Amino acid sequence: MPQYALQINSVKRTVEAEPEMPLLWVLRDLLNLTGTKYGCGIGLCGACTVHVEGEATRSCQVSVASAAGKQIRTIEGLAEKDLHFVQQAWIAEQVPQCGYCQSGQIMSAAALLAVNPIPTDAEIDDAMAGNLCRCGTYFRIRKAIHRAAQEMRS
Amino acid sequence: MKINVEPPRETHLKLSRRAFLASSAAVAGTGALVIGFRLYRPFHVPHSAGDPFDSWIRIYPDNRVELVLAKSEMGQGVFTALPMVLAEEAELDWSRVRVVQSEESTGTGGSGSVRESYLPLRQAGAQLREVMISAAAGRWAIPREECFARSGSVTHRTSGRVLSYGGLVEQARRLPLPDAKTVRLKTRGEFNLLGRPLPHLDIPDKTTGRARFGIDVRPAGLVFATVAQSPRVGGTLIDFDRSPALQVPGVLDVFEIRSREGIRQVAVVGRTTWAAMRGRDALKVRWNPGPHAGESSEAMTASMRAAFDKPPEWTWPTAHISATPAGPVKQIESVYEYPFLAHAPIEPMNTTIHVQEGRCEVWAPTQDGHGVRKTVAQELGMPESNVRVHVTFVGGGFGSRFNKAYTVQAALIARQMKLPVQLVWTREDTIAYDEFRQCGGQKLRGSIDSKGNVLSWSCHIVDTSITGPCGMPPQAWEAPDLETFLYPIPNLHYTYSQIQSAIRRGAWRSVSESFNGFVLESFIDELAHAARIDPYLFRRRLLASDAPPPQAIGQNGAAAPTPKQQQAEALLAVLDQVAERAQWRSPLAKGRGRGIACWRAYTSYIAQVAEITSTKDRFHIDRIVSVVDCGQVLNPNGVKAQIEGGCTMGLSAALREAVTIQNGVAQEQNFNSYQLLRMPDTPTFETYLVDSGREPGGIGELGITLAAPIVGNAVFAATGKRLKRLPFQLDEASL
Repeated sequence: MPQYALQINSVKRTVEAEPEMPLLWVLRDLLNLTGTKYGCGIGLCGACTVHVEGEATRSCQVSVASAAGKQIRTIEGLAEKDLHFVQQAWIAEQVPQCGYCQSGQIMSAAALLAVNPIPTDAEIDDAMAGNLCRCGTYFRIRKAIHRAAQEMRS
Repeated sequence: MKINVEPPRETHLKLSRRAFLASSAAVAGTGALVIGFRLYRPFHVPHSAGDPFDSWIRIYPDNRVELVLAKSEMGQGVFTALPMVLAEEAELDWSRVRVVQSEESTGTGGSGSVRESYLPLRQAGAQLREVMISAAAGRWAIPREECFARSGSVTHRTSGRVLSYGGLVEQARRLPLPDAKTVRLKTRGEFNLLGRPLPHLDIPDKTTGRARFGIDVRPAGLVFATVAQSPRVGGTLIDFDRSPALQVPGVLDVFEIRSREGIRQVAVVGRTTWAAMRGRDALKVRWNPGPHAGESSEAMTASMRAAFDKPPEWTWPTAHISATPAGPVKQIESVYEYPFLAHAPIEPMNTTIHVQEGRCEVWAPTQDGHGVRKTVAQELGMPESNVRVHVTFVGGGFGSRFNKAYTVQAALIARQMKLPVQLVWTREDTIAYDEFRQCGGQKLRGSIDSKGNVLSWSCHIVDTSITGPCGMPPQAWEAPDLETFLYPIPNLHYTYSQIQSAIRRGAWRSVSESFNGFVLESFIDELAHAARIDPYLFRRRLLASDAPPPQAIGQNGAAAPTPKQQQAEALLAVLDQVAERAQWRSPLAKGRGRGIACWRAYTSYIAQVAEITSTKDRFHIDRIVSVVDCGQVLNPNGVKAQIEGGCTMGLSAALREAVTIQNGVAQEQNFNSYQLLRMPDTPTFETYLVDSGREPGGIGELGITLAAPIVGNAVFAATGKRLKRLPFQLDEASL
């Protein structure tokens, strides 16, 4: 099996995998980074969202071969120290219920704020439309993103 | 509602509490003080023979506090609400409380965790508080009355001396515990924690990826499995060719499993979940279609519509009261329809099991830890005492995680592999093999007189029923409770006929309320409009005719209000408040509309108003205002989360969701076709809580019930079009 060198959360990790193995399963089953979740396998629920070169990416749709050599960030490495602004806002607004989709939600939100520090409701809705939450925390997510945006500015 | 705590059996009587606790392996040798108790078990789940308790408070000499709780945390907040109750009575230091999942976890459902466990939790907490006070009084050689407990320590009132609970553990362990049944409970005026909006204890780990769900369990040597199972209920395995699957890199083994019931399926085990999934894709399996391959939603709908005009199979007994109409009588007739729904939690179904030397360890994201233990023990032919079940965080329950089909499969695969095995159902499996919310419809006839009095209301429910082959009659769970029917109706008549179907059905968040709320609160709205009375005032007038007259309340000699009167009074209160909060009477622009509804469930009350905007080809829900009376509010943060989240899930069902059956198979198996509500369609929520002083009511299933009727009623107000079929078709509601 071929070997791939991955840059995950600023650490180099080497894995042996089939070239088409999705990054999602590399993270979860080979590297034990289980914060990134499997939800649908077809890129429609967003539970597996990670950052690839800073962009919110569905890791179930990215092969290990194409991820090799790129900067990958997962929920485990989102905060450089303590908690990222988005994570803090998620706690302040008491967003998660079951919590399963929230890694993906947080990664999508962090990617949005990195390029759009003052998003409107419509821009938030647009950026977050790919992330499903069955518990129905969308309303609190919207509030938390506004809060994170405000905290990041001040 | 009675507390479902069984008395100790005879064998337990011989075993004193203290003796049992001293032998508790989990804490032996730690010097901890341990107080055991039992939480409410829904659905008549029996207690296991050897164990009088399922939950414990443990206080360690270093002041650590562990609350070991036999409930599943699936987002409903029990790992915060239940500890708050314990900490309140026990006077614990909240910052030191740690929640531990009990290995005796029981059923979590029916909106009962708080409602039904409130008393046992308070009693256990009070036992701890009182024994700590006794221990401190003993140490200081003073009367107990001179001491009080607060925030994890006991203070001597006069001298100001303080001893922490941890420092008192050794002394307290030697004292008898006060009787749980008679121990003094705090009065509401003495509460410090309950009623405060506290942050949920599980949330920090759910923002960092650290929270461990069932699918995240990684015991050493873990392998992963998928199962090929008959696409149709009752279909049987003909044969399979394992070789293409074995050629998939990472696939370790492919073999047939056969359950005790004789169901034959094919397991694919791989080094990774992905290998197991690809192996299953490559597998060549042939299935007999079985006896139910002809089932279709189309045929079910046709038989439902036909049944409306046939005599019903069942009639509920109700009293007929003659009502004298004022003026001419108007008859209104309507049919409402609702589809199968999938639970679709985002964490797919999974279970991890390690079988070795006649023992077995299970990690399960389940609503039913006890049932998992029993199922695995039965399937593997070992005593329940040899099966350890670790309930993990549950990535969404909603009733889906009482299903044992994957538990059986995981046990059989684990027995063969002798390694820890994680069985994962793909998203497609999770929807296709789900136990769906029942589908069907209701035909209603109502009559009103010229003053808007409702003279009669009859309803023929025709659905698949929730009951499978479990011995319950099909109508058992389908109708609203007629004794406490939402409105006083002189001639109330409910009948039932069943649509025959082999499609698996199960409890979907709020069970029959999920469709009865829609039908009842839509049809009453129709009657209001037919009577040309404002829908809020129409409901108000009906409820007021059932509520006790205000002057009768509190007067000496006045009869206590009946449950029906109390209900009407509570509903009126939330209805009036929601009308005020939502500015019900303020005018709206063209194309906009408001819908109102109210409901009662799990001893809680809710009224909601939706505000929508209808445009040329669609409508948007702008705002939902809720007023909730769930009795005493333990944690407003958690209650509001349940109302907002539940209502959002209800909107998802109202606007998007349906499982369609064709040739006996669910056509929607992933999120491309089984659509869920997404953020752009989510309204803003304003949620207000009323504390009426009653004991805490259920909250997990209250918020979902009215989503469809408030939206449907608002659409009618905006467009004059009455939506009667779920999910609502957007083009039906355009201007």
